[in-house]
Amino acid sequence: MEEIRLLAPTAILGYGFPADSLQRGMAEKPHLIGVDAGSTDPGPYYLGSGKSFTDRVAVKRDLLLILQVAVPAGIPVVIGSAGGSGGNMHLDWTVAIVEEVARELGLVFTMARIEAEFNRDYVAKELREGNILPLPGVPPITEDDVLSSARIVGQMGLEPVMLALERGAQVVVAGRAYDPVCFAALPVWKGFDPGLALHLGKILECAAIAAVPGSGRDCMLGVLRKDHFLVRPTNPDRACTPVSVAAHSLYEKSDPFHLHGPGGSLDLTATAYSRHDDRTVLVTGTRFVHAPYTIKLEGVRRAGYRSVSVAGTRDPVMIGLIEEILDGVKNSVADNFGRKGDYFLNFHLYGKNGVMGEKEPLQRTAHELGIVMEVVAGSQEEANALLSFARSTLLHFGYPGRLSTAGNLAFPYSPSDFEAGEVFEFSIYHLLNGADALTHFPVEIRQVGGEPGSG
Amino acid sequence: MAEKMLLRELALVIRSKNAGPYQWTFDIIFKDDNIFERVLRGGSLTRELFALLYGVPVDNVAVLPYPPARAVKITMVRPRPSGSPGETDVYGAQQHGPLLDLEILLTG
Repeated sequence: MEEIRLLAPTAILGYGFPADSLQRGMAEKPHLIGVDAGSTDPGPYYLGSGKSFTDRVAVKRDLLLILQVAVPAGIPVVIGSAGGSGGNMHLDWTVAIVEEVARELGLVFTMARIEAEFNRDYVAKELREGNILPLPGVPPITEDDVLSSARIVGQMGLEPVMLALERGAQVVVAGRAYDPVCFAALPVWKGFDPGLALHLGKILECAAIAAVPGSGRDCMLGVLRKDHFLVRPTNPDRACTPVSVAAHSLYEKSDPFHLHGPGGSLDLTATAYSRHDDRTVLVTGTRFVHAPYTIKLEGVRRAGYRSVSVAGTRDPVMIGLIEEILDGVKNSVADNFGRKGDYFLNFHLYGKNGVMGEKEPLQRTAHELGIVMEVVAGSQEEANALLSFARSTLLHFGYPGRLSTAGNLAFPYSPSDFEAGEVFEFSIYHLLNGADALTHFPVEIRQVGGEPGSG
Repeated sequence: MAEKMLLRELALVIRSKNAGPYQWTFDIIFKDDNIFERVLRGGSLTRELFALLYGVPVDNVAVLPYPPARAVKITMVRPRPSGSPGETDVYGAQQHGPLLDLEILLTG
């Protein structure tokens, strides 16, 4: 095989892409369509709750367009980090959509479902044995942190996806996976250089973000050869430039020269980016440096339940005293319920420091403040009760020099309070050292479509 | 020749984002190679500057020039893991504001 062509329709399954761009990509006869569905960016809630951060209707739309062209063309479709967080619930959610699309389109194919959830007791045992290492900036964890986690996933490397392809899967739905895996597994299996394949995968997993103008909602094509790869957007209104592609290795990474992954890291210190044609960039020199196998674990635990209320004030006297007033409200809540420390009451002050909080360097306040009040407590009922009390206390709080004795807050909504449900926080962001590449990621093969019972 | 300019006058991109749930990363992409090199020579973009600006220990800050994209990357430990109680910016996408009006020395 001289070259392998990889098509990336969209940066996240469910973000969408123009149908024309997909058609242009298919005209290049790609050998694979890959889609990374995952990210930790939307925060800990989605891993904890088992829900997707993308909308089902949007995910189905993307899958319908992709499967409609890929299955008849006989090329594999690999979905990484299914359902956003890649836990078993997220995986089943995605598999159900794939099966629904197959039914509606009358498609028949072999599908692989690859799990990526980790058992708490197993992780606790590995922690005891010293095989769980914190990533930069992450505090060390205790066994209790592990055992109290709601869900733990590990990022699979290339190997489980390669196994699925070897077993004849045409559609691979993988749980939590290292981002470039959905593109790099096929070429590495076919014998292409893992450094170039993974680097290309890193670019393709963000679709056309590395183009100018950049977009996560448009298609990118990668052409991998023996000693280089080419990358270009399929939409003629976009182009890749050496700087746009080079700049991509900055995106959401802590170090643009060394990208760590399962089984080794990408060394970009000798990578060169050059113009191939008006819209295509040629990349050489990226090397894969083998290292002992590690699996990145992500875990979250439940922090409680949240209630939220949104209001504003444009009273200059109140705004001048806002910090003292909010301290007074906090004390009043603590006094009334006779408790401290087992709930979290917080006020976000938009117009003062709502975006940066305690890190805000400017001491300036606007003529009006947006106030987002929140309580996180052990149950929804408690959170509701504490928030309700805090909100009404602030509404009627008597402060020195107060002229507006009818009420301190402008509420945009009735009801004023909202139940925000379960709250999660990250508990694990660690490497599992010395792990086997396949053991933790069971590959299940099933037939989709066709007559019932025909297999 | 040395002069001082605001970072916003020198850069094409000034952005912040999570690099995983425990770190923020800031990318400054400069307008051209000449500006990039003069800013590096001027030496304004130090770990100490970002530690002071964001109130974090110097040891928790890394500053990495990245010539292929005429960029400087700054990575630091977040004040709390993304989305934990007290969070103000789950994606970390709006922490770059104070950088725009930094005075930067250009040398050479």
